[in-house]
Order: sequence, then C-alpha cells, then structure tokens
Amino acid sequence: MNAHINRFEAAVSRRQVMMGAAGLSFAIALGGSTDAAVIADERSGPALSPWVSIAPDGTITIMSAATEMGQGSMTSLPLIIAEELDADWNKVKIVPAPVNEKIYGNPGFGGMMYTAASNAVTSYYKNLRLFGAQARRVLLDNAAKKFGVPVEELSTEPSIVVHARSGRKLTYGELAAFAEVPVQAPEVKPEELKKPVDFRLISKDVMRAELPHKVNGSAQYSIDVQVPGMLYGAVVRAPVEGAAPEKFDEAKVMAAKGVVKAVKLPYGVGVIAETPWAAFAARGAVEGSVSWTRDGKAWGFDSEKGLVSFAATARDPSAKATDWFKLGDARAEMPKAASTFEAEYLCDYAYHAQMEPLNGVASVSPAGDSAEVWCGTQSQTMALEATAQALGIDRSKVKLHDTLIGGGFGRRGPRDMDFLVDAVLLSKAIGKPVKSIWTREDDIKNGRFRPLSAHLLKAGFDASGKLVAWQHRLVGDRVTPFADPVRYEKAGKKDFILMLGADAKGYDVAHQLVEQVYEDTGVRTAPLRGIGFTANKFATETFVDELAYQRGVDPVKYRLNLLSKTPRAHKVMERAAQMADWGKKLEGHGLGAAYIDYSGTQVAAVVDISVDRSTGKIKVHNVWCAIDCGTAVQPDNVVAQTESSIVYGIGLALTERISIKDGAVEQSNFYDYTVSRNRDVPPMHVEVIQTDNHPTGVGQMATPLITPAVSNAIMALTGKRLRHAPFTEERVKKAIG
Amino acid sequence: MATNFLVNGKAATTDAPPDTPLLWVIREDLKLTGTKFGCGAGLCGACMVHIEGNRAFSCQTQVSEVAGKSVTTIEGLSSDSSHPVQKAWLAERVPQCGYCQSGQIMSAADLLKHNPKPTREQIVEHMNTNICRCGTYQRIVRAIERAAREA
Repeated sequence: MNAHINRFEAAVSRRQVMMGAAGLSFAIALGGSTDAAVIADERSGPALSPWVSIAPDGTITIMSAATEMGQGSMTSLPLIIAEELDADWNKVKIVPAPVNEKIYGNPGFGGMMYTAASNAVTSYYKNLRLFGAQARRVLLDNAAKKFGVPVEELSTEPSIVVHARSGRKLTYGELAAFAEVPVQAPEVKPEELKKPVDFRLISKDVMRAELPHKVNGSAQYSIDVQVPGMLYGAVVRAPVEGAAPEKFDEAKVMAAKGVVKAVKLPYGVGVIAETPWAAFAARGAVEGSVSWTRDGKAWGFDSEKGLVSFAATARDPSAKATDWFKLGDARAEMPKAASTFEAEYLCDYAYHAQMEPLNGVASVSPAGDSAEVWCGTQSQTMALEATAQALGIDRSKVKLHDTLIGGGFGRRGPRDMDFLVDAVLLSKAIGKPVKSIWTREDDIKNGRFRPLSAHLLKAGFDASGKLVAWQHRLVGDRVTPFADPVRYEKAGKKDFILMLGADAKGYDVAHQLVEQVYEDTGVRTAPLRGIGFTANKFATETFVDELAYQRGVDPVKYRLNLLSKTPRAHKVMERAAQMADWGKKLEGHGLGAAYIDYSGTQVAAVVDISVDRSTGKIKVHNVWCAIDCGTAVQPDNVVAQTESSIVYGIGLALTERISIKDGAVEQSNFYDYTVSRNRDVPPMHVEVIQTDNHPTGVGQMATPLITPAVSNAIMALTGKRLRHAPFTEERVKKAIG
Repeated sequence: MATNFLVNGKAATTDAPPDTPLLWVIREDLKLTGTKFGCGAGLCGACMVHIEGNRAFSCQTQVSEVAGKSVTTIEGLSSDSSHPVQKAWLAERVPQCGYCQSGQIMSAADLLKHNPKPTREQIVEHMNTNICRCGTYQRIVRAIERAAREA
C-alpha cells in the first residue's frame, strides 16, 4: 500500500481545481429512494468480511466505523470501501459498526474507536481501500470458479462481475448467494488497486447517506431516544471541578409533582423524575439550595487576572519551560541575529456550543452488573469504558448504541464521558432507564474550554533581513492531562492539544524553538474545533504579518517568499490572494491573509473587513479560502466543511469568550455567549485544489485562519494591531482609538 | 387538567402542567422528536414550530397557550419530505450535524408562506433567529432562494 500511495505524492502539476459549490448542481435524492446509499441498523446477507456483507438481492452492507457529527464520515468512509469493491452505490446500506477495536479501531488513534482531529478519512483511507479490494477479489474468485475461467479474464462493473470474452455476467447479489469466503482475506497488491483516474465514487459527490433524515425530523440523536419505562434526570454540578455537594434542600427538591428521587453524586446532585419538566423543576430547587465543598483547584481563579499572570510568565526567562518543538538551534542562533523582533498575543477561553446539549441515556440492570447506554459520542471506546468504570464492571457487560451527534467539535470525546456517566449513575440509583439532559446553562457552566493562553514570539533576522530564527514561548492552561489523561501518558506527557500549531510549519525558517510553560488553573478544558491551532495560529500568523511590516514587504508576498520550498503551501496562499484580488483597495475596508499547514492540509484565506469606529464592531464582508487536502474524497463536502470552519472561526475571532470568576464560569446562555448567526456570515468563496496526495483532514482546518486574518486586516485598515482574541467591540475600540 | 390541541392535523392531549413548555410535551409526551431542545430561552430556534400557521419558539410557549389551536412540527410539514423547502435543503446539501435543521426549515417555511419571493436581505433577517453551529448559513440562504424559485 505504501508504494502505491507514494506514487500519488507530489503530483502538484496534475491537480485539478474544483470551484466552490456555487456552480454545482445535484440530483435530488430523497430518503428511501434508490439513487443513494441509505443507513440501516443491521447488516443483511452473508458477510464477505467484517466490513462487507452482500445479500442475494444485491444489497451491499458496509460498516461505518466513525461517528457522524455533521462531518460526513458516515458516508465517506463506506464510500472508500465501495470504490475498491466496485459497488453500485445505490445498493449500499451503511450500518454503524459495533464496538470492536481490533476490527474497526481508528489507526490514527492507536486502534481506539474515536472520531476526532479530522483524521477519519486520512487514517482509515489505506485500509478501507484494501478491505474493499479484498472483498471484490473474493467475488472475482468465486465467479472464476463458477465460469471455469482464469480470474484474470474477469472484470467488474458496478456490482457486476463480467467475463467479456463469453459475455457472461454475474451480479454481486447472485454471487453472494453461493460465494465461498476464504478464512484468510485474499492478498491484494498495491498495484491492483484502482488508479485515481478510474475512480467512480472518490472525488465525485454523492448524497450524504443521513441527510434525508435531517430534513424531516427523523434523524435520531441520543436526546431523542425513548426507552420503555424511562425516567428523566438532571444534574447540578459543582461549579469547580473536584468540589462536592455539602447539603441541599431535599424537601424542596422533592416537592414538585413527579419527582422520584434526589441523588448525591461525587460531583453534584442528581434528580430523577417522571417527566422532563419535573426533572428541570427539581434541578432548579437543587440549584437554589445546594452548597459545595471548597475542594478542587480552580476556586479563587479569575481568568482576567490569570491571563495577566500568564503573560508575565511568558516574559519571564526564568520561568520553567519545556521544549515542545525544535528545528535547528534557535537558542544558539537568536543571539547571533543582526536584528530581532518580539510580540505578544493573548487568547481567552472558548466554548463549543454544539447545538445538542449534552445528554445520555442509560439502562443499568437492577443488580448494577450490566448496562445498556445510548449516547452521541465521538468515541465508542471511551463511552463503553467510562460506563464500565462508573459501575465497576467489565466493559463486556456494557452495550452501547451510538447515535447521530448534534455537534461534537471536541466536546463529545472526553475520556471520562461526563454527560453519559450522569445517566449511568442515575439509572443505577433508581434501577430504571434514565435519560439525563443538560440544560444549555449546564452545558456552558460545565463547559470544557479551549484554554487560556499567552504567547511570546521572537524572530531573528540575519544581516540581509532573512528570517533565520523563531521562538515561541507559550504559557497555557493544560488540556490533554485533563481531557484525556490516558493519551497524555501515552504521548510521554506531551500536551499536544494545547501545543499543536505553535511552530512555523510550512515556512522556511531554519531554526525554530517552541517552549511550553505548564499551567494548571483547575479550569475544565477540552480540545475545541481547531484545537491548539486556534490560539497558536492567531499568534504565529499575526506575528508573520508583523514581520512583513518590519521588513517593509507586502504580507502575502512575504508569506509566498517563506513558502517557496513548500509548493502546495505556496499554491494555496497564492490562490487565496488571487481570489481576493489582493492588492485592490476598497475605501473603508481592509484585507488580511493567513496560511496554515494543519496536519498536512494546506489552507490559506484572505478576509475583507470593515470596522465601526464608534462601537468597535468588526464586520466581515468576504472570505476567500483555498484548501488542498490531497485527494478530496467528497469535494462538495470539503467545501461545506470549510465554510463551516470559517463560520466557527468568525465567532471565535469576534465574540466568543468565556470568563472565570472564583473558579466558576460567568456566561450562561446564547445571550452572553454569542456565536455567529446568519447575519454575521459573509459570502464565503472556497476553492478546493485537488491533488493526488493522500487525503488529509478538512473538518476544522480553516477555523484557525480567521482570527489572525482579521487581526491582519484590521492592521491594514487602521494601522493598529489586535493582540488579544476574541476581538470584542470593547477591545477593538480601545485598540484603534 | 388535560390540554387538548391539534398536532399535525391530529387531536392531541396532554396532562402536563399548564405552564409546561410546549417543546417538552411535543418531544417527550407525543414522541415527535424532530423538534429540538437547544437553549430553553428562545435564543437559538432549534425548537421552532408553527402555531396556527405562524412560527413560534415551542420552548417559550406554555402548553396552555395552544389549547384548541393547531400546531405543526417538522414531521407534519409534509408526509414525504416534499415541501419545497425540504427539497431545496437536500438539493443544496444544507445539513451538517442536522440538529438545528428542523427549526431552520420551519422558520424558512414560515418565511416563504408569508413572503413567497423574499429578497436576500429579508431571508437573512428572518433566519437570524436560528443558530446553526455548523455554520450552514450560506447554504440555508441559497436553499431558501431555490425553494422560492422552484415552489
């Protein structure tokens, strides 16, 4: 396989360019019709492999290993198998895979079943192609035997094996009825896989399988699950992680009609009721009367003061730091530089705001020795293990039904699965199934945030003005140790969720050093769409802009010079600038650019903004974005994901801010945590530059472009730098005077 | 103390307390889960339904307020996803996670019912009530324009 993929590499000259979705048109496919794959609960027909079953009627079941949260993996992963199987896509039925890591685990996460980091397609791609080709080979071998011809004389058309010389044909369904499946999967050599030019499904747009269910209310999320005899739960959590309930007014809590039980949990107080409204009423009564222990680290923490302290630490050379990334020897080269430049950037906590509030459904056996759970989770493995751990039972005693996810963005993948464990503990306490629902206020108050961070950057130039040394000292609230202690240990105690993107990857800078000063405020944190890149690329891409100004060079030209050795990177930056007609002046508007290598995906954008100087409100008028993710398995979905990433990035850039006082979250709903709405979204012009490179991620790559691009556009327009994200009206007004 | 009303043309009844948000009655009593809980405060639009032919936040409507009235949910917009807005939504590949989309579609259908040929500005203004965290706004506007064109 490696050889085959390598053959794809670096074929930049063979790229084809697909314009953004504006010019595309699609056939309309409705649920249940025959011109698109559908979703089902169970496979049908004999299994050719753990991934593929074919029924005599020709229905092809393909297992889907990733969870679906809007990113499209439930379609694009099975489609990769279907490509090599040469399946008729209209006959494909997609079934969510059971939890079995040995078969369905994500190679990008050491075999865990975990959908995150925009890596599903990139990590599964090679294997799924092979599995599809192996299943096809099984059908071919069976057909060869039936026809009494050498297998080399056979070919396939969608779902049909053809013997051209005799004109004989067998459909996959006919073959499945008698096919013998070898114990060992047949060997398929890399050169036997399809050539990209022969792809019928990959790089061609199909209807996402679950979309028809998302326009008529039939898509089922875990919050929609109804189990016979089910009760409703709600939990009031301690405002600070590690604190426990002291006392609450149980009589008042039990007063509402339909309330069944109040349960003291290690981290909060749970209520169980016959109806959701009774559960919420009881929840309110707990909230009004509960007191907490002062256990837990975050008590007393104030994020505004904390950030000032982080910034001071960043400037303090004696603060203990560890090396995160080293290229060359920046420590030795920086003092030799002919001139240097330093700048500082700050970034606030931010919240996921996925539209489906966190929830879980659990049915624990009366003896507490087994459980069935329903959950919208980014990790089937973690959901199973967290449930087992909460009950002190083996994970084989837990059955998981993973549902569609009403937005993940990193929040539905914590190791401890806090939202599912609520339901598990409440169900255990009452001996009946419980659906536990967080209110939006719970979701924010118990949010797990993109961390607070301060960034000190330093650049060293040689006598000719060439950028030779780069230092980035990052002081940030820890994420990985809190969000996923297991992977933190496995990674050798590297806080990759915080640190990724802090280097100058893609740019030609010989000596780079990125250092981390570890901070632990006790505040709950998590990966958030764009993970470390959202803060770190705000710092680095604003800094690169500042360097361009230092050298008196146009910021796009400056980037293109630094990208001259990375042609795919150079191309996206060049293309985004062309799309934006970079250099054109529009009265009262400013243009700003940014570029990122995000896990191999090359992405660049230019934003067009204006600012109301009396209020400090920034308006984004246009975003032009070019993205090269190698093979775009579903090109229109790449466009959709990129639009989505941009919108998310606009919110993070302009308004989205969580503040902490005495350890507790100050915001509570969409009136004080404001996300992008329809009115806030500019025309987005996305161009996918298709190359034959191995596919890389698309689910969040453009998000981190927006904050630095806006900062850079404000500079172009006003001559002032915004150094503290988000760029709230108050901050902008202060900065631009 | 039952409340009687019509949902998607059929008689419905609930004994939920009169101040119970209609949203929870629809979702958990009547098991019509296409209408979503998002914020409980009339800020996100995930719970949008039609009451007597006009859009309303079901999380902000007490069930007693719909006594004797007609409520339409996403399940009742059409029986076969054939409403022009639903068709346009698929044609433009609007949904991502999909959670907000019932509310978006109900808002859009309300707009086109009252204003069959809206301008882009009118679409944006009307749809500003509904949050989509996946940021499908550009496609939402495009789909409404298509539905207005093709209806």
